[in-house]
Order: sequence, then C-alpha cells, then structure tokens
Amino acid sequence: MVPVAYRVERRREELPDTVTLWLRPTAQALPTPTPGQFNMLWAFGVGEVPISLAGVDGDVLAHTVRRVGQVTEALCALAEGDEVGVRGPYGAGWDLPRAAGRDVLVVAGGLGLVPLRPLIHDVLAGRHRFGSVALCIGARSPSELLYTEEVSRWADEMDVTIAVDTAPPSWKGRVGVVTKLIASAGIDPTLTTAFVCGPEVMMRFAARAALDRGVPPSEVFVSLERNMACAIGHCGHCQLGPHFVCKDGPVLAWDRVAPQLAVRAR
Amino acid sequence: MTSIADLLADHPLFEGLPPGSNELIAGCGRNAHFATGEYLLSADASADEFFVLRRGHVAIEVDTPRRGPLVVATLGEGEVLGVSWMLPPYRWTFDARAVEPTSAIALDASCLRAKCDDDPALGYELFKRFAGLVRNRLQAARLQLVDLYGNDAS
Amino acid sequence: MTQPGACVLTREGLGSMVDAFRADGRTVIGPAVRDGVIVHDEISSIEDLPAGWTEEAEAGSYRLEPTGTDELFAFSSPSQSWKRFLYPERTLLIRASRGASGMAITQPEPDVPSLVFLGIRPCDLAALDVLDRVFDDPAATDPTYTARRADLVTVAVACGHPGNTCFCASMDTGPSPRGGYDLALTELGWDGPTEYLVDVNTERGAEVMERIEHRQATAADRAAAEEVHRNATARMGRHLDGSHPPQAAKAPDHPRWDDVADRCLACGNCTMVCPTCFCSTTVDSTDLPGGEAELWRVWDSCFTQDFSYLHGGSVRSSIKARYRQWLLHKLVTWHDQFDTSGCVGCGRCITWCPVGIDLTEEIRAIAESPPTARREEPT
Repeated sequence: MVPVAYRVERRREELPDTVTLWLRPTAQALPTPTPGQFNMLWAFGVGEVPISLAGVDGDVLAHTVRRVGQVTEALCALAEGDEVGVRGPYGAGWDLPRAAGRDVLVVAGGLGLVPLRPLIHDVLAGRHRFGSVALCIGARSPSELLYTEEVSRWADEMDVTIAVDTAPPSWKGRVGVVTKLIASAGIDPTLTTAFVCGPEVMMRFAARAALDRGVPPSEVFVSLERNMACAIGHCGHCQLGPHFVCKDGPVLAWDRVAPQLAVRAR
Repeated sequence: MTSIADLLADHPLFEGLPPGSNELIAGCGRNAHFATGEYLLSADASADEFFVLRRGHVAIEVDTPRRGPLVVATLGEGEVLGVSWMLPPYRWTFDARAVEPTSAIALDASCLRAKCDDDPALGYELFKRFAGLVRNRLQAARLQLVDLYGNDAS
Repeated sequence: MTQPGACVLTREGLGSMVDAFRADGRTVIGPAVRDGVIVHDEISSIEDLPAGWTEEAEAGSYRLEPTGTDELFAFSSPSQSWKRFLYPERTLLIRASRGASGMAITQPEPDVPSLVFLGIRPCDLAALDVLDRVFDDPAATDPTYTARRADLVTVAVACGHPGNTCFCASMDTGPSPRGGYDLALTELGWDGPTEYLVDVNTERGAEVMERIEHRQATAADRAAAEEVHRNATARMGRHLDGSHPPQAAKAPDHPRWDDVADRCLACGNCTMVCPTCFCSTTVDSTDLPGGEAELWRVWDSCFTQDFSYLHGGSVRSSIKARYRQWLLHKLVTWHDQFDTSGCVGCGRCITWCPVGIDLTEEIRAIAESPPTARREEPT
C-alpha cells in the first residue's frame, strides 16, 4: 500500500487536456504491469488516483492522464524531473493469450485507447500468432484522436478504421459512430476475441454491435472505470454488483458484467 | 459486364426479393461516377435520384455560415445514400460530397415510386427494408448526440 | 480446547478477570454508560460496566431504562459497534517529505494496542468474522486491522435481552455465541447476585481462567444458561426471511425503492453504526510550506453523493440508487464477494436511523409484492 517514488523522465502533451508521462523508478522498480492493469499514482499532498497503463519499456512506465479533477490536474502539471508516488500494478488485465490463433477486434472510444495501447504493442510483437486484427477507434472529432502517428504505423499490420462524431471537410476518415466500424470490420466473428475500452455507454453499444455480428459474449472483454481509492478491495468504492472492479477487473468478460450494466444507476 | 440487376441482387437491401423484382428496379437505374469533391446531393434540391454506393466514400454535410461545412456522417461501399426520395416533399436535407472517386448505381426516384405504387407487395417489402436503414441511421444519430466519448458519458 | 459450560465465575471473579487482563498490559474495552447511551469504551474495573441498565430500542429511537436488577449485561446492542477499535475512523497510511534530494515516502508502524473485548455480543462477534474476510484477505491484508485482530482477546457474553430491533436469530449469529471467541459467558441470576457460566474456547482463554478464582459448573448452572438462551431466542423483536434478499435483487426497479428513497435522508448513520460496513476513502494533507505530506484513510459511506464519483458525475446520483446499493450489497452481493452475509442482525441500523427505516421491513416489502405492481390491467 506504500507508493514508491518515480521520476518523470519524459512528458508529452497528447491533447490540450491530456498528457503522457514516462516514469522511471528512483530506486526499486515495481513489478512489471501487464496491459489492462493500472497503477495508483499519488500527486504529493494532493491525492491518489487509479491510472491505467499506457505502455511499458523495461522499468519505465507510461501513463496517459486526462485533466478531469484536482489530482489529475496535479499529475498533468508535473514537469520532467518531478517525482510522483506509484503503487501497483493492480487488477486483472486483458487476457491476450486466449486470443492466440483467433481474430482480434479492438474497439477504443476516446481515452479508451490508453489501456489498449500496450495490448496493441503485444499484438504487434507477436503478430503471427493472431488471425485478422481490426482496430476500430471512435472519437468526438479528429482533433481529439490520441497517438495519431503511432496509430498510422499500426495500420501497416492491422486493419485500422477511425470514426469521429463530427469533422471538418478536410477529414478524410469516417464520420459516424464507432459501432458502425464494428459492423464492417474484417473479422470472422465466431472466431474473434474482442477487447473494448471507452466510456461505459460506448462500451455497451460496442459490445452489442460485436454480439450482433456473432462474437460470443464470453469473448468480449471490457475495461471498466470506477473511482478506486485503495485498489485492493478494501475501500468499497469500485463495486459493481458482486464485482470489485479494482481486483476482479478492471477488465471483465461481457457475460459477467452485462446484467449489472443493465441496471439503471447501478 | 455485370448488369445493374445483378449488382442489385448482391446488395443486402435488394437481395432475396421476389423473382423479377431486381430487373424491375434496375429499370429505374443507371451507373454514375463522381470525382473527388463532386456533390451527389444538394440540400433543398428535389430528391429525383438516390444512390447505392459501389465504390468510394461520400460525406454527408451541413453547411454552416461561420464554421463552413460540417461532416455529420460518411457512407461507403455498399451503403445507400438518400432516403428523402421516399416521402413528400421529395427534397434532400443535406449535402453529399464525394470524398474520393465514387461509383454508384443511381436510381430514379419517381420511377421507383411509381413501380411501388403499381406493385404494393413489392413496395411494402422495399419500404420495410428502407425502414431498417432509417432505424440504423436514427440510432447512430442518437449515439452521436450522446457525446459517447466525452467525460459526461462515462 | 472447547469446554462448554466448564466453570462459573462470581461477579468478583469477573472483576479479577478484568484486573488480570490489565495486569498483562492489555486495554480492556467493554460496555459503559456515556451521555445516556451504552457505548464501548475502555474499562478500568467492572464498576464501569452498565450495571442495572437496559435500553428500549425501536426504529429511530433509543432510551436507557433501569432494570432494577444487578445484571451487568441486560442490554442488547450498544450504540456503536466494535469495529473502530480494529479499524479506526482515521488511519495514517503514509508520511512523505519532499526536498532537494527528491521524495521520501514512509509507512508508519501500525499502532497496535493489546486489546480485550469484554462483553462482545454474538452478533458483533460474527461481525468480526465478516471483517476478517475483508481485511485479513491473504492477497491484501490491512496491517493495522490484522495486527490488532491477531492479538485480540474476546470475552463474549450470550445475549439474554435481545431488543426490539434485534434479529440475530434470523441471521444465525446469536443470541448465544456460535464460535470465534476465547471465552463466552452467560449471565445467571437476575433475581440475586449475578454469576457467569463460562465456555472456554481457546488456550488463551484457559490460561486466563487458571489465574482467577472460579468453581466447577453444576448441571443446574448449565440448565439455567440453557433457559437464558431459549428465552432470548423467543424475544427477538425483528425477523429477516433468508429467501427475501435474492428475490429483492431481481427487482431493481421495484416502486418500493422509490418509496424508501423518499424517506431516506442519505445521512449515512446506518453505515457508521453497522459492525461490518468497511468502506473508506483517503484524504491528503500537507504542512504550510508544502514539504511534508500525509495520506490518511477515513471511514466513508456509500450514502454520500461523492462515493461513486467519476469525473463528470456520480454513478449513483439518486438516493434510491444508493439505498439499493447499500441494502443489496449487505444482504446479497456480500455473499458473492465474501461467502457470507454482510448483515449479522444487530439491528443498529434500524435503531439509529433518524427516520426509522427498517431494513427487514423494506426487504420484505420488495420481495413479497410483485415488482410490476404499478402496471394497470387493460380494461
């Protein structure tokens, strides 16, 4: 439960309100997280928040943070050389090994691309182990797309489609909802494992679109967001029905969470 | 060369219609090609002809005085452009512009309406299929309205 | 090591037990009258126990009444549970400093007083087992809780006077203790000098008994204790039907949830007095120059709007959603998470609810009437 100090080695503005921090341990490194897991980041004297893993390179952790409150504001304000408390990794991540030999459908909405980024890195590192790989990205507008340079490189090895809600005429991509991309993604649905992350409403519709195509409910995985305060199942904040999102999730199979997500104001 | 009737028969909107229907519908059709930037539909223009897209990519736009044209949806291969031809006052609501070279089957609206009037069974079947299309577009538009990816949609 | 009804302590013997624990350097926590209610507090001798007091509890009300007897344990559930002695309202998690050489973060040593819980009721004893499953999970232990718990001595007292809001019999946690204690007493002789039949359950309990004067129990003592247990079961003021919670869980849109939400103030009293509610949040503080910081864990309640806050708003923004979360967690999803009910039937949430909401009544109303009650038949 005690954070260890990490130093900001590199900082990149992704969007006007979103920053990626590359963190290197000042002494002992934490165990290496797997894609889909999260760390608790502690801004000195301000507070602690769960932030999903955006990438890992040896001991260096990448975290992409959006400024949405006091703590994330403080994290986004960190400069290179500043220190931050880190504890983790926590939770159950993406079960990529189960997709070996199958097609892979990755659906990201908005900031949901962050926890999927290390998953995509792992897919690319073992690209031959998977069949068709389709990445469907949804965002509000072209200016709110994350990791654009990297995404265009990914497109060499997988089918990448992007849809935005509205766009200026200069936008050459799709305009519409991300669910439409799922409907036409080049995958064999019954042999597909889907990994979905984004705001909860978007995930509900994305999961439904995947199911409509014939992807089995047990092969659709979503990553849920809740306000974990402890990350070890003690604080009670992240409960969703029987699940503690911090330790049973954040990644859960659709057939396990669909009943809870169907309850209004669960 | 593949006939328009054969092309229609492969399209989900027209497949499985009673024998002869596609030939009947194809009688209202022609092949059309559009260069990048060319408009397929114009807002407020008479809805005389709609399109089954075969290749390419079309942006549906709203022109705004200060922000210029805004793209609200895009359509691609296999999709149908235009539903306002079905009901009075038979007038387009949005502009549609080819984002890349685009080929389509253009169907004459008054010709098809007349055939539907002559054969209500075929007309009902076609309108049911178009109703499904309209439902999908309505659902998509509502989801866009929700601001799915914003903070508030969590 | 279990010796049920092995021996009998006189009241003086009980006094010696308190003295013996204190001589060992232990802090004895027990029931005591403070400000017109019975609380749990440090006991320096049996003179501190609430001799001759009982309480009249009902939904939303609580009054102390004299019993006219010498009984020390004539009450049911004291106003607060024991959890605060193992899981304090505020716990310092980390202390950190920041300077030219960087950030240094340390974990303070947990504060672990050697505790005795004297007079813990069977329902509250069951609550300790429930909390153990949360905080003593091998995958994620809480250092303060586990250290205090490991050293804890429990002297349970069978409940002879269940109150109007009690339903431990329905939850199968009482009125006599089901296990998990070092010693368990049954108070005998309300019409004369009180004595205490003792069940010895652990080595630790036996070791204490060896040091204090007691006599062997007789068949008559054991028969008297049996009668106390039997009478107590019959005097339970509330009942909760075990088949109701799963039925209520299937009716998340039942109109009764709206009805209870209209009455509920979302004050969180129920969660504060509950012996098993464990939710917490963290609070940061810094010194003025900003060089020193602390992170504290403090009790939280699922009834607050902030509890489920995610950037942009709360997941459970209505009181209906929050009451439903509390009740269905306590009675239903707790089983999925910890393989036990989260409710032990102590009745405190009923007594201390300022508007007298009774969970046994709510769960019955939801389970017994069809959720579609509002639908009108076609005419």
